[in-house]
Amino acid sequence: MRSSMKTYYWMVVPAVAIFFVFHTYPVLMGIFYSFTNWNGLSPDYDFVGLRNYLNVFRDGNVLDAYGFTIKFALLTTVIVNTISLVVAMGLNARIRLKNFFRGVYFLPNVLSMLIIGFIFNYLFSNVFPDAFERMGLDSLAFNILGKENTAWIGVVIVTVWQATAFNIMLYLAGLQTIPSDLYEASSLDGAGKWREFWSITFPMIAPFFTINMVLAMKNFLMVFDQIVALTGGGPGKATMSISYLIYTDGFQGGSFAYQSANAVVYFIIIVFISVIQLKFLQRREMDLG
Amino acid sequence: MNENRTNWPITALIALGSLIVLLPLYMAVMIAVKSPQQIAQSVLAWPDEWHWGNFAEAVRMTNFFQAFRNSAVITVFSVIFTLLTNSMVAYAISRNMDRKLFKGLYYYFVSALFVPFPIIMLPIVKETAQLGMNNPVGLILLYIVYGLSFNIFLYVGYLKSLPRELEEAAKIDGASIWGTFWRIIFPLLGPINATVAILTCIWAWNDFLLPLVILSKPHMTTLPLAQYVFQSKFGVEYNYAFASYLLALAPMVLVYVFAQRWIIDGVTRGAVK
Repeated sequence: MRSSMKTYYWMVVPAVAIFFVFHTYPVLMGIFYSFTNWNGLSPDYDFVGLRNYLNVFRDGNVLDAYGFTIKFALLTTVIVNTISLVVAMGLNARIRLKNFFRGVYFLPNVLSMLIIGFIFNYLFSNVFPDAFERMGLDSLAFNILGKENTAWIGVVIVTVWQATAFNIMLYLAGLQTIPSDLYEASSLDGAGKWREFWSITFPMIAPFFTINMVLAMKNFLMVFDQIVALTGGGPGKATMSISYLIYTDGFQGGSFAYQSANAVVYFIIIVFISVIQLKFLQRREMDLG
Repeated sequence: MNENRTNWPITALIALGSLIVLLPLYMAVMIAVKSPQQIAQSVLAWPDEWHWGNFAEAVRMTNFFQAFRNSAVITVFSVIFTLLTNSMVAYAISRNMDRKLFKGLYYYFVSALFVPFPIIMLPIVKETAQLGMNNPVGLILLYIVYGLSFNIFLYVGYLKSLPRELEEAAKIDGASIWGTFWRIIFPLLGPINATVAILTCIWAWNDFLLPLVILSKPHMTTLPLAQYVFQSKFGVEYNYAFASYLLALAPMVLVYVFAQRWIIDGVTRGAVK
């Protein structure tokens, strides 16, 4: 009996130790640095208390990055979930070449976001404007990534293009758990398609909706690769995301401690949004269930 | 009556929608096999002359095979060790969930899912550099460790559904916990192992940020990183750039084409808690 417990301990102790050293400890160090003025290189530094935090909340660049990132994440989460639910329902219908189309729609998920970003960057700047010009639509013949008020649209398009794949699969898995006799019963009752969706389909996939919304939101709040490949945060600071700001400023700008404070604020905001989402969506699941 | 009739309007819409996925990829291939003059004429047109040499040039310019080898080594070892270690940790936790300590560990690992990478990013770069782990070995270790959070969540969910009778029988036969895990439980984890392997493979192969901040030397470059360096160096030669992008995307596309059903099933299963 004793010795079997010992084996269980040996199975987890090394993992816990390594996880602590390479995950928890860096988190604690990040929080620790956020109260100092360390630039990341010099041998000594001082404690500055909450000064970094106060400055974060007064820094226009940081606030703009939060504004962009949160708006981007909200919008993209809604678009991705709407499109993937619609496509998943299409793929779940009685269509031809079902497996082929499933394969096509899921393909973007195995492709690197960075490289997809590079490809779209060229399409946005050269191919699309050229195509619109040839079609005579001169008002659309410009690089949307090059203008401050349209660059975000490009980032949304590329992210949606890549991210819907994963969500389509999860929704498809959800749709396949719905027993078909529910639909038969509803069609006997004379329910229309719209009614059928709101009364059967949507409530039955509620847990998948929750998981998709929370995962999507969390991933999009961390938007990084797309920014690197498409805009570099520009033009101006129009598409500067929080991850990208922490990376560029923390490493290249020498504001290591200051961006650590920003990262802690970012952490709190992500946890806050995720918890609210989970609470709200799971309550909805129960109401419907 | 009309149970098995094909729904043609929806088939048409799905086919139309799939063009949104396929068209950008088609254009990428077309740009990669044309000369700059051909690209200027039309991106969409089928090429009258194929410039396969673009790929050879891209291989040379990005030092493709070195980056490919680095990516492959990192991905393969990350997947293997993730399967061997993460499943074991999850097993110990799932079989002792009634103990406070193990239940606490479960929440400790899973709650890390909500920690955004940027808060770790700056300190982990310092730490790996100090430990001399700013290399592929360190990177592999980080993939294994950072995967724990989500993988324990998946494994523990799956382990709950496995019947305990086999383990009890093994125990009566005198098998140790260690032996029971490797000889009885691990083989039973097949489907969830496949899910974890696929997700880890996609992640390690495509990841950009972690290699960007951890790897210190140019010869350690992974494929996404090589594209990044290439992009900033040779910004104008788009036919070479696109040939290089396709070469970097191709291995995962090939894996996907051959293991498509398996991958889709794996990802779908991972979702069902």
